[in-house]
Amino acid sequence: MGARVRGPRGPGFWPLAMLFALFVLFLYGPVLTIFVLSFQGPDGGLTFPLNGGPSLHWYRQLAEGLGVVDIGAAFRRSLALGTVVMGLTMALSLLAALAFRKRLRGGGALFHVTVASLIMPSIVVSLGIGLQFRLIDTGIKDLLAAWAPPEWADGYGSALGLWTSALGAHLTWTLPFGLLIMFAVFNRFNPLYEEAARDLGATPWQAFRQVVLPLIAPSLVGVGMFGFTLSWDEIARTSQAIGDVNTLPLELQGLTTTVTTPAIYALGTLTTAVSFLVMALTMLVAAGLRRRQRAGRVIG
Amino acid sequence: MTPGFPRLPRARGALHPWLQALPFTAVFAVFFLVPLGLVVMVGFWDFNEYALIPAFTWRNYGKLLEGCSRLNEYGDPCVTVSTYLSTLRFALAAWAITLVLGFALAYFLAFHVRSAAMQTLLFVVCTVPFWTSNVIRMVSWIPLLGRNGLVNQTLIATHLIDRPLDWLLYSPFSVLLAYVHLYTMFMIVPVFNSMMRIDRALLEAARDAGASAWQSLWHVVVPLSRSGILIGSIFILTVVMGDFVTVGVMGGGQIASVGKMIQVQTSYMQFPLAAANAVVLLLTVLLIIRGLTRVVDIRKEL
Repeated sequence: MGARVRGPRGPGFWPLAMLFALFVLFLYGPVLTIFVLSFQGPDGGLTFPLNGGPSLHWYRQLAEGLGVVDIGAAFRRSLALGTVVMGLTMALSLLAALAFRKRLRGGGALFHVTVASLIMPSIVVSLGIGLQFRLIDTGIKDLLAAWAPPEWADGYGSALGLWTSALGAHLTWTLPFGLLIMFAVFNRFNPLYEEAARDLGATPWQAFRQVVLPLIAPSLVGVGMFGFTLSWDEIARTSQAIGDVNTLPLELQGLTTTVTTPAIYALGTLTTAVSFLVMALTMLVAAGLRRRQRAGRVIG
Repeated sequence: MTPGFPRLPRARGALHPWLQALPFTAVFAVFFLVPLGLVVMVGFWDFNEYALIPAFTWRNYGKLLEGCSRLNEYGDPCVTVSTYLSTLRFALAAWAITLVLGFALAYFLAFHVRSAAMQTLLFVVCTVPFWTSNVIRMVSWIPLLGRNGLVNQTLIATHLIDRPLDWLLYSPFSVLLAYVHLYTMFMIVPVFNSMMRIDRALLEAARDAGASAWQSLWHVVVPLSRSGILIGSIFILTVVMGDFVTVGVMGGGQIASVGKMIQVQTSYMQFPLAAANAVVLLLTVLLIIRGLTRVVDIRKEL
């Protein structure tokens, strides 16, 4: 950008600045109100005025569980799933983007499929995965009934689950973002560094490990953050593609109709805090990697 | 349309590119292409209370469009058509609002904010909520719009109304509000991205040639941001067409949508019906995208 002309503000500056300020208020205002309301005392309700507090009463209620829902288990499940999705999104997007840098036959088709997955209505993807795993169940049960002792067929549950269908559903949502970010990164990446490394006798692996990876590491951490936070809050694609267990956002969605106490605000504050924690960690790690880049003079 | 970054010649001993792309490709083959194929296939299957029956029948499509050839005795279209129309109305309304709002905000960021640091900061401020839960952002309207919410309290205290307004929450209004709240970001990001690529000299040239602010906005900025507008529009229209979460949470169980219809059909184990419905939804969305891309040829823009 550089220094631009210093002059009088163009027409429309103040109305648009007002609009922008109002929009930011619109974005953040409502969420701030539930943060505040979650710290009320035991008499607190869903709306203002504040009743009692500040206290952690509703957080204690949350820890004891809301009705039949085991929030703690759902929390741990989502955390584990988000972490795995984060790792896979980073690894798979990076590998695919590296492949796209070379001559990749059929790369155009793969790119189109990825974009299609991004804009496909989630309910359709979710329904498809749900159907797929139900058909797999039917197949396995038929096989067991025909070839195995009867107690095997009776003992068989379902192929639907957190680490099968739900994981796959999440990846169809996070990988397109991951690949597009990696494309943006490699668009600005100067291949001369890599060529120089090879001219100096580095093997492809050495060139990748010692030149390319350190340069793109901060962006890769960003891809990881996308992977985690998108998975952490995912509902639409998971809804039909998960069996008996639920992730935290699915439990939360169910609770919106049954819980009428500020406990739901406490839960909301908590999940938002996790998202913000991940964002802050990402920024710290990325900043640390950049500092190391400069200090280590990776690119002399 | 593959990205045009500089390609490297393949070095000796390097992994074959398809080997590198294999895990990524496998995920989309197993969890995207096969499921889509199954949706199309099962849409033609038969079913009873217990099982799906492989067959080829148009029954599901027939059931979906039952009674849709004419209006009923009250002059209303059938359930399927009215649900699609209602969803389409929400999609168009959300699109119109997010388009105008997103364009104005992106324009402010790109052309009125002068320091790059400030631009980045404000941009991040707009995008951070994207990484937080949609359900929480919806729930957070309760203290404001509920029967005893802040808006009703204020209106009553100022004697503008004497009974609380009922249509603020769990209504079409709150659903639309939530769409704007959740998805305006999808318009701001691509439009801002296009605007940042506009050569500032073009605007100066327009001004020097005597164009008013409005004229350069309409004849220079809008045409040059159209790829961003297109991407944002596709995103918002498809996301609202398939939505069932927002309608569920913000509609208070009163509002129908195509996504919810599919969800209800699967909860009754009527998978072939749901699949046929999903195919119709998919075709509708493809038609919308095709209409949009006819207006803007995306391949010329990238």
